[in-house]
Amino acid sequence: MAEGILVFIEQRQGQIRKASLEALSEAYRQIGTVGGNVTALIIGKDVKTLAGNLPKYHPHKVLVADSGDFENYSTEGYAAALAEGIKSVSSKYVFAANTNMSKDLIPRVAARLDAPCVTDVTEFEVEGTNLLPKRPQYSGKTYTVFEFNSPLAFMTLRPNVFAIQESSNNVNCPIEDLQVATGDIRAKVTETHAASGSKIELSEASIIVSGGRGIKGPENWPVLQSLCDELGAALGASRAVVDAGWIDHQFQVGQTGKTVSPQLYIACGISGAIQHLAGMNSSKVIVAINNNPEAEIFKHATYGIVGDCLEIVPKLTEEIKKMNSNN
Amino acid sequence: MKIAVCVKAVPDTDAKIAIAGDKKNIDFNGVRIITSPYDEFAIEEALKLKEKHGGETTVFSVGGAEATDVLRDSLARGIDTAVHINDEEFTNLGPLGTAKVLAAALKDGGFDAIFCGQQGVGGDNNQVPAMLAELLNVPQATIIVKLEIDGAKFKAEREIEGAHEFVEGSLPAVFSTQKGLNEPRYPSIKGVMAARRKEIAVKNAEALGVKGQFAADNRKIKVKEMALPKERPVGRKLDGDADAQVKQLLDLLRTEARVI
Ligand SMILES: Cc1cc2nc3c(=O)[nH]c(=O)nc-3n(C[C@H](O)[C@H](O)[C@H](O)COP(=O)(O)OP(=O)(O)OC[C@H]3O[C@@H](n4cnc5c(N)ncnc54)[C@H](O)[C@@H]3O)c2cc1C
Ligand SMILES: Nc1ncnc2c1ncn2[C@@H]1O[C@H](COP(=O)(O)O)[C@@H](O)[C@H]1O
Repeated sequence: MAEGILVFIEQRQGQIRKASLEALSEAYRQIGTVGGNVTALIIGKDVKTLAGNLPKYHPHKVLVADSGDFENYSTEGYAAALAEGIKSVSSKYVFAANTNMSKDLIPRVAARLDAPCVTDVTEFEVEGTNLLPKRPQYSGKTYTVFEFNSPLAFMTLRPNVFAIQESSNNVNCPIEDLQVATGDIRAKVTETHAASGSKIELSEASIIVSGGRGIKGPENWPVLQSLCDELGAALGASRAVVDAGWIDHQFQVGQTGKTVSPQLYIACGISGAIQHLAGMNSSKVIVAINNNPEAEIFKHATYGIVGDCLEIVPKLTEEIKKMNSNN
Repeated sequence: MKIAVCVKAVPDTDAKIAIAGDKKNIDFNGVRIITSPYDEFAIEEALKLKEKHGGETTVFSVGGAEATDVLRDSLARGIDTAVHINDEEFTNLGPLGTAKVLAAALKDGGFDAIFCGQQGVGGDNNQVPAMLAELLNVPQATIIVKLEIDGAKFKAEREIEGAHEFVEGSLPAVFSTQKGLNEPRYPSIKGVMAARRKEIAVKNAEALGVKGQFAADNRKIKVKEMALPKERPVGRKLDGDADAQVKQLLDLLRTEARVI
């Protein structure tokens, strides 16, 4: 019987994804139920030092696929490494963060190993030694619990939902090399361009300030950006303003944009359409600022302010600035 | 060029969703069915490629009767032929099963480019395109916002968190499409009329050589239960003038919610 959980650790340019550490921490919390060991697998070029940061998240073993072949991401190269890692420990589950790299990689490897996959998991139910992943579907209007009938299954975990559990003591575990024959790589990344403007990545931000049509025009983004700067927040947007050309699509939150799950989501001049809610209704605290007391968003908000967001937001920024300078 | 497009029939994004009696699926009664919005970018990209390089376009959909209108919608936009993959055995297949069935239907078609949406809205799996690429043993570029094809080579731009990356590779390949790739055209009236008269080929499990492969006991994944989300606790509206509201909000965020 297969046992244990292998966690794919995503790194880009020498940075480990925070969401991968969340997945690793969740594997540690679930391993008592599943049985066997937690293995962390990191793939890249010159990533041995990075791998050294992983033991404090309690894996039993770290596997490192370190090779020039992995300098740039390629689906086929990474798939070969991940499949090899899974075979070497014959794990029962594979965890990864639900990111755009995972969306490209994980289903490909699942198909290679003829195993099922559930993406964007937000919770686990337990039955004996089995994990039953639970996830929202249909814009968050339903939650679906899945069960597997397979010796191996893949799951990607929604970022910002599972807590990071990090040891402050020195923890050690074996760090082993994984040899990989990548075979033919027929498509690979040749360049990466950082997106302009976005300072903090939306899907991993713990605070998000989003603007909708209620902000009146693109000339008012600086009003929201100042609040973001004071809060260390990421900027988001509704589709209406993306479609209007006020801001790039990468900022869009919702069903056809990004799914986010921050601690705090501040919706400014956003009506609360179901497709917008789909992207943010798993946020811990939702604040709505809207001048229409009947706006749908108030039904989903933890705290609501009926008012003009162009008046409220600058005041909020001022108060937080005062708070920050007092600390 | 031979170009394939895979489209999924999904509930309209603002449809009221109720859970069916067996709690394993949603209740499709009275729910309007549409082409999954991301698949519109896949259809459009196929049409643009054909306009540029010549060739033929074929659309595939795995589903029950509801898929017929969606296939007609693709034809109305200008896709040449449609294949409806329909069998009792394919009900609630899940992404891996769907990818296997699509692979069986596509494998001998000699397609140079295969377009999918990056995600079928509703189920939101993000799985079928990469699985299909693996099963067909071809390279892939997913979540793409730009595509250039030059002979048997492609260059695609894909969205990742906080950056865009460029993928270069060879055809045949599977692509999954993201908003931003193109502006999908609407079906013309002429197109709609012509689509009504076109025949849609239907293929079942037997025709695809997969009969019995997806019987209930062979399923590697099943829905155990669907439930409604937990209601969010009723929130509160803050009183007073703007200054009072702001002060109160900050107080609550700090002391009650403890998020700042
Ligand atoms: C297939 C499909 C997919 C979609 N995907 C998405 C998605 O991913 N994300 C998304 O957001 N939408 C999506 N939508 C669109 C969605 O249905 C809404 O149209 C959109 O979210 C509305 O954006 P909005 O709230 O900014 O604009 P509106 O609905 O116009 O709301 C503006 C709000 O601002 C308030 N307001 C006006 N002035 C002020 C002021 N001075 N101060 C404060 N408040 C003010 C108004 O009362 C109103 O509530 C999708 C739609 C479809 C059909
Ligand atoms: N039943 C289906 N029939 C045809 N194509 C599908 C089907 N399900 C998914 N796809 C394709 O795969 C993409 C991603 O779907 P999913 O993996 O379900 O999110 C869709 O946008 C379609 O292009």
